[in-house]
Amino acid sequence: MSADDKLLIANVSRRRFLMGLAGGSALVLAARWDVALGGNEKAQFGAGAMPGGWVDDPNVFIHIDADGLVTIVNNRSEMGQGIRTSLVMVGADELGADWDHVRVEQAEGDHSKYGNQNTDGSRSMRHWYQPMRRAAAAARQMLEQAAADEWGVPVTEVQTAVHTVVHKPSGKELGFGELAAKARELDVPGRNALVLKRDEELRFIGKETGLINGELKSAYPKAIDGDDIVTGKAIYGADVPFDNLLYAVIARPPVYGATVASFDDTEALKVPGVEKVMKVEGTGQPAGFSPLGGIAVVASNTWAAMEGRKALKIDWNLEPAGDNAGYTSSAYRESLEKAAQQPGKVVRQHGDLETALENASERVSATYYMPHMAQAPMEPPVATVQIKDGKAEVWAPVQNPQATRDTVAGRLGLEAENVTVHVTLLGGGFGRKSKPDFAIEAASIAEAFKGRPVRLQWSREDDIHHAYFHAVSVDYLEAGLDDNGQATGWLHRTLSPSIGSLFAPDPKHKGEFELGMGFNTMPFSVPALRLENPQAPAHVRIGWFRSVYNLPHAWAIQSFAHEMAVAAGKDHRDYVLDLLGPDREIHNLTVGDGWNYGEDPDLYPIDIGRMRTVIERATSEAGWGKSPGKNRGLGLAFHHSFVSYTAIVFDVEVDDEGELTIHRADIAFDCGPQANPERIRSQLEGAIVMGIGIALQSEVTFEDGVAQQGNFDKFLIPRMPDAPKTLRVHLVDNPGEAMGGVGEPGLPPVAPALCNAIYAATGKRIRRLPVGDQLKA
Amino acid sequence: MATLKINGERYELDVPDNMPLLWVIRDVVGLKGTKFGCGMSQCGACTVHLNGTAIRSCVTPVSAASGEITTIEAMAEDPVGSKVQQAWLDLGVAQCGYCQGGQIMNATALLKKTPNPETGEIVDAMAGNLCRCGTYNRILAAIERASGQEGEA
Repeated sequence: MSADDKLLIANVSRRRFLMGLAGGSALVLAARWDVALGGNEKAQFGAGAMPGGWVDDPNVFIHIDADGLVTIVNNRSEMGQGIRTSLVMVGADELGADWDHVRVEQAEGDHSKYGNQNTDGSRSMRHWYQPMRRAAAAARQMLEQAAADEWGVPVTEVQTAVHTVVHKPSGKELGFGELAAKARELDVPGRNALVLKRDEELRFIGKETGLINGELKSAYPKAIDGDDIVTGKAIYGADVPFDNLLYAVIARPPVYGATVASFDDTEALKVPGVEKVMKVEGTGQPAGFSPLGGIAVVASNTWAAMEGRKALKIDWNLEPAGDNAGYTSSAYRESLEKAAQQPGKVVRQHGDLETALENASERVSATYYMPHMAQAPMEPPVATVQIKDGKAEVWAPVQNPQATRDTVAGRLGLEAENVTVHVTLLGGGFGRKSKPDFAIEAASIAEAFKGRPVRLQWSREDDIHHAYFHAVSVDYLEAGLDDNGQATGWLHRTLSPSIGSLFAPDPKHKGEFELGMGFNTMPFSVPALRLENPQAPAHVRIGWFRSVYNLPHAWAIQSFAHEMAVAAGKDHRDYVLDLLGPDREIHNLTVGDGWNYGEDPDLYPIDIGRMRTVIERATSEAGWGKSPGKNRGLGLAFHHSFVSYTAIVFDVEVDDEGELTIHRADIAFDCGPQANPERIRSQLEGAIVMGIGIALQSEVTFEDGVAQQGNFDKFLIPRMPDAPKTLRVHLVDNPGEAMGGVGEPGLPPVAPALCNAIYAATGKRIRRLPVGDQLKA
Repeated sequence: MATLKINGERYELDVPDNMPLLWVIRDVVGLKGTKFGCGMSQCGACTVHLNGTAIRSCVTPVSAASGEITTIEAMAEDPVGSKVQQAWLDLGVAQCGYCQGGQIMNATALLKKTPNPETGEIVDAMAGNLCRCGTYNRILAAIERASGQEGEA
């Protein structure tokens, strides 16, 4: 999810394809696309609505050498979701390629050539599955035509086998490499002439491989970067080799918006290896993707730069920071909790809530808190920039290479075409690397060393002190129940600083895409309902964190639904299935949401039947209803996000000393068609572990505008002992639906499910995250 | 001037005594498989072997690194290390992969000392290696697989 969603860009045009070809790729398989293009995606939704749109030209994505080596271009950033394997696998399958003769090439940042590359919003596979299949099918059909021409037979008599084309009547074969040169002379078939493989012809797509709930099924096709990762050869942001490289770090203002008043670099310059100390300009508030500014120390190695930074004396001017300099988390939380007791901007309502609450036989209310968090990918932000002859080259682990290109160009006063962005592997992203501020910082420093490459490295303290923080949140809920415990009224007020504050004067209200992440799209069927969004100001940079505002919304709503079930004296699962109401499809516009993750509501309604199915699957797999034993309990939560459906059940034990053991997690997931089930499983496993950290450990607090945690000694994230002893992923096969997201939707229900399980085990209700030592109290 | 032996090769290096081994390995020697994650021995991404023992190179001054230093780049040649690597591939452990070099170094050192560790021993031994992608269940299963004990994820 990003600012891109606010933009509507027309679909790729026929002209774009022609221009792309004129741009001159060095592909062996290169041909003219001279047929009418009739896209099947609606331009205003999905991939077509993203900047750069989609591209399905085989010349852009598929390259076959004379020796048969197939190169498939991956245009999305690899940050652990496995897209370099999965998307290439989709292309290789449709093409008919032998996986052992396929390599991947990472696209540079250029969305006019490669289509949208902004790798967030759980969009890579759902937006690129179809274009990649079409590109590969077109290439395959060209190879088949080339073989038919070679043999002088009708193309209906030839068929692609694995890496070869076969003449069915005679059994003659020609390899892909032998056909590539001929195929390049042919026209690219029009979209209407493409024949995608039938499901039964597929070898990789949708096939279960690898480790499935403890059982190793098969490892084929193996991960494309697997060998490089386990041997230390994989290239991440700081691993690109250069001659004559300079290393830099920056001392940034401790408070958002503060500036450098003065600095003394005398001692810093005495540190062996330090070559230069220089100011990096910030751009004030709102910062957007721009650097915060500060003092850079440039040296002959990273350590010397860090030592030099320690020796700097800097006076900061807090004046421009305004009231950010007074930002203290405990007081802020109190102010939001107070504001949550007052009415706020109404974003959705129906029925007579006041009467429903007044006439209720029981009223339930609760306030939930989720703190700031840092994405803290294991690889801290890092970027290398070299500026030479009026051109800049960037090597960086960025989720949004086009934004990197545009913002670096803007900073340097260059045209975007004179900036090349090489995307390395990302050592984790989680939303942090959607913001290219670190690349702009590197570019600013590199300007002072024309011709020499400069690597700007963030330390862990830089990363946590100066994150684009996950928004702190307070959610207040109140419900009225009738004599049977059924909900008659539902009030929810949600308060969080908005990501909108990063790009414009602080709106203090959540934007449409923020509310659309599970707040106004709340699926329960209640006769009277009002959803409100009171103001909450931002005092730090707020940014996307994996699954974004779904986190607080699911945390509050799923905890509260359990509290209602407890108040009603009902089984939690039975209660929420009833609260969901009958199976139906909810159109986002009918619940006050105009966003729907950018997707067509006709293809992607909120489907209560699918939600019910994942709840039933997770609970039945977890043995819901069994007696778990002393100090032990099961907890459930579920959520719809990124147009996919997730439910999770935890089985936990809390001993008399308050020590928590997570025995088991069962997660059920429906994303419609599954391109690569193996990587879907790994994403869900990872989401569970990350979600456990959100529930139990992770928090960044502020005192007078300064982050109080700077490294993994205080900003806690899960370690191996925190992982569930048993972890089970249950994929709900739903190939007839439109494809949903995978990377993020596993995360939102994890924390509430875990806290609901803690309640079931102990009777102690957690309303403030992280749990920390609350079980010991 | 420091003399280091890394992966069987000798290096004479003009670096300060207190420079952490991590930065010597990465920025001076140029081996990039050893990663920077925290700089204070909290995450294990920088794990290397010093005389067969797993150490955190980010807090080890180069002056304290006397003996045989082994990095992830040499694990394919190591009988235990290569088994661990294969188990990692078989089970598809890595997501982003950034921490996995350090995880493999730590796991290999464990298995050299304790060839058939109990599950609890593995969990204790690996508790210092962070993975933000959350691959712990697969890491555990891979270590059990490498040790010849087929475990569950």
